[in-house]
Amino acid sequence: MLFGLPLLSLVIWIPIAIGLLVLATGDDRKAPVARIIAMVGSVLGFLVAIPLYTQFDPALSSMQFVEKHSWFERFNVYYHLGIDGISMPLILLNCFTTPLVIMAGWEVIKERVAQYMGAFLIMSGIVNGVFASLDAILFYTFWEASLLPMFLIIGVWGGANRVYAAIKFFLYTLLGSLLMLIAFIYLYQVSDGSFSILDYHKLPLPIEPQILIFIAFLLAFAVKVPMWPVHTWLPDAHVEAPTGGSVILAAILLKMGGYGFLRFSLPIVPDASQYLSGMMIALSLIAIVYIGLVALMQVDMKKLIAYSSIAHMGFVTLGFFLFNAYGLEGAMVQMLSHGFISAAMFLCIGVLYDRVHSRQIADYGGVANKMPVFAAFFMLFAMANAGLPGTSGFVGEFMVIMGAVKVNFWYAFLAATTLIFGAAYTLWLYKRVIFGEVANPAVEGLKDVSKREFAILAILAIAVLWIGVYPFPLTEVMHATVDELLAHVAQSKL
Amino acid sequence: MNFIPPDLAPAYPEIFLLVMVCIVMLADLFVGEKRRYVSYILSQAALLGCAILTFSTLSSDVSYTFSGMFVDDPMADILKLMVYITVASVLVYSRAYISVRGMYTGEFFSLVLFATLGMMVMISASHFLTLYLGLELLSLSLYAMVALRRENVLATEAAMKFFVLGALASGFLLYGMSMVYGATGELHLSQIADAIRGGDIDHQILVIGLVFIVAGISFKLSAAPFHMWAPDVYHGAPTAITLFIGSAPKLAAFAFVMRLLVEGMGEMVADWQGMLVILAVMSMAIGNIAAIAQTNIKRMLAYSTISHMGFLILGLVAANWNGYSSALFYVIAYVLMTLGTFAIILMLSREGFESDHINDFKGLNKRNSWYAFITMLMMLSMAGIPPMIGFYAKLSVLQAVLSAGYIWLAIVAVLFSLIGAFYYLRIIKLMYFDEPETDAPILPNIDVKMLVSVNGIAIIILGLFPQALMGLSLYAIESSM
Repeated sequence: MLFGLPLLSLVIWIPIAIGLLVLATGDDRKAPVARIIAMVGSVLGFLVAIPLYTQFDPALSSMQFVEKHSWFERFNVYYHLGIDGISMPLILLNCFTTPLVIMAGWEVIKERVAQYMGAFLIMSGIVNGVFASLDAILFYTFWEASLLPMFLIIGVWGGANRVYAAIKFFLYTLLGSLLMLIAFIYLYQVSDGSFSILDYHKLPLPIEPQILIFIAFLLAFAVKVPMWPVHTWLPDAHVEAPTGGSVILAAILLKMGGYGFLRFSLPIVPDASQYLSGMMIALSLIAIVYIGLVALMQVDMKKLIAYSSIAHMGFVTLGFFLFNAYGLEGAMVQMLSHGFISAAMFLCIGVLYDRVHSRQIADYGGVANKMPVFAAFFMLFAMANAGLPGTSGFVGEFMVIMGAVKVNFWYAFLAATTLIFGAAYTLWLYKRVIFGEVANPAVEGLKDVSKREFAILAILAIAVLWIGVYPFPLTEVMHATVDELLAHVAQSKL
Repeated sequence: MNFIPPDLAPAYPEIFLLVMVCIVMLADLFVGEKRRYVSYILSQAALLGCAILTFSTLSSDVSYTFSGMFVDDPMADILKLMVYITVASVLVYSRAYISVRGMYTGEFFSLVLFATLGMMVMISASHFLTLYLGLELLSLSLYAMVALRRENVLATEAAMKFFVLGALASGFLLYGMSMVYGATGELHLSQIADAIRGGDIDHQILVIGLVFIVAGISFKLSAAPFHMWAPDVYHGAPTAITLFIGSAPKLAAFAFVMRLLVEGMGEMVADWQGMLVILAVMSMAIGNIAAIAQTNIKRMLAYSTISHMGFLILGLVAANWNGYSSALFYVIAYVLMTLGTFAIILMLSREGFESDHINDFKGLNKRNSWYAFITMLMMLSMAGIPPMIGFYAKLSVLQAVLSAGYIWLAIVAVLFSLIGAFYYLRIIKLMYFDEPETDAPILPNIDVKMLVSVNGIAIIILGLFPQALMGLSLYAIESSM
């Protein structure tokens, strides 16, 4: 621990406190102040998160940076924080994305600026809390609390159909998480009054309760990931959300679902996870193949990327339920890489949308003639989205496919179709938007990216290429945790 | 014949309040329209005095007086303190509202204080007669308060309904009590409990009595299927009165249930548990589903109250200390949320404008973002979203229900909360996503402004640090029952 500071608490509460400060700046007359405070807060949030990486001991599989204080004794609930190789990279990803989102909304958001910026900062702190909680009630509190800022972001700054999308987003997620709460209370009963997640990992359980708990967790996490067939809220939410909202949704909030599987489903109910792995793999493959085809048919750019997100997250859940190191680590890498790529894709669409105010592919064409720099960036991210070797998109998918081959050739075969479908829908999108003749008067007047936009896209481009070429710093920190998790899941709890 | 004067100490707050009501009534005759604030200040002073008296007699002992008809125990103390806080807040919140509507009169204050006295007697009753006495003092004051605006058709209609149905429920209750008396020959709750424990009593008569008692109780709690008065009365009564009806009496009703069912008929738990399950499920279903269809916010909150009462009854179904204390925690949380929500409605209304349509909340964030924020906290708390207090109240009830083995009941409760979340979200949607229909300034007095802010912050602070209130509830139940 650096200078004895409670780093995890800082990572959670600094963004929340500064977010409240931003809210307190009030109406739009003070918008410049709000922007600057928000920027400082988000960068500060990232800076305090850096020691989590540098001070992290990759050889340990146990929890690090642990903080534990009694919260309410009546139910043995603790303010218990700690991270391992699974949660640490996700916290870093979150802290890294928040400044980009603040920057992306810098000029575009003109109404209720303080509330917009404040919502993103508070959200960032809450999501860190989700990834760092080791107490079920603390986790649940952060998990639910994260719904609200997103609900407001979609509903206040979103597009035409925003109310429907916001309420759908909230209720879908709430349904899943309420059943998770019941599972927690049940575990509290059978563990003789403990809400500690680590206690649950050791708790022996017969197979029937395991299956019921697995289903309760599945509903909560599958909605969040989202897995087919409970994915329908995501395209709606993405289409209506402002650019920053889409970025956080795709890059961060979806990862909460994936993280849930690793922290709860697999270690708490390993036998049920093994027992139902066939179903999970089937659902994942449907997401990869079917949703990939759905993405091909979209005419709305944001919807297309939303469906591509679902397909990519299918890889993540596929990797989890293969129960080997390649699959699990590949899924982790895929989560992080998807965080960068989807953020970049949504930001690119945001750049176009801010200029033309349309998300329809048909309204574009020949953008390369007017925005060459932008076209180059978009090219890189499109390739990464399609899983081109040398970009981060390739590493995760390749590892998961390797893991799948070990289990069953046909799993790998079906999963590998994504390399074709993914390339097809992404490159076709790219071709229709960027290449060709300038077909549209709106495109005629386009200006290339501003310095601010260039900075955001450049940072993401570096991240995507870096993981693509040299993923070792990332996989290094998760080795020990992933091995430990696999060993744990292999042991029966019956 | 020796007359031994009863020990008055446990009843000091009640006696003091009675004296103060008389003083308020008399003083009000001598102050004119312009100096009405004297009555207001005297009423607040009366509540403060009661609070000091209750506070000074705090102890973990249970003391009886008036030949065992009156009891002072920790549960009573805590509930009474909550009643004082609630009534004092009601007076603060409703002052502006009633003064522009011609209700700022001596009757208002004396009725409020009489109702408060009724609640206190109910809370401290340990005898069928004292229970009934307190209940009727409360109910009659409430009937009159609803009808306080004589010229208003809606209010008069509501008062009429309230009175007729309330009288019917009281009749049920008395009938049930008389059956129990007939079977056991006792009126003291503790002796009834002893008699039932003794065993040689006709069970059938007791159960018939119990059914009537439970029916009377559910009417007072506004639990389905005895809820039909609530939406009409909430809607028809002036908002300040609705605030009063919706808040403090629920605390007294909780004590009422605890005294009758747990203290008096605790031995018959197997009989009333099943009845309460039906009440709880019906209340949650009807309350949450019907609330979706409402466009009047007072009606919506009436249905929301019904669903909350369902949740509270769920805590009682568990029938152990855990469950009772979670129900006590729930009722306190509920009262805090109700106070805050109605305070906002009162603030938004002005002369000639009631602000009771849900569309009146449109664009509140643009008109005043702080009040919109407080309303959002209230709505989220009612929907049971952490870290608001409403979540921890629901959590403790669900925990109690699961520990009693009713897994299906917990799942049903959770599903209805999901339905409930929709209409609370709708209010947030109106405030944040829509444009305001009016730009009338919101100008509450400084005391209202302060109190509503404290109320809103309390919802989140008590949620972040629920230990104190949870511990207090458990302590109250453990040392009283």
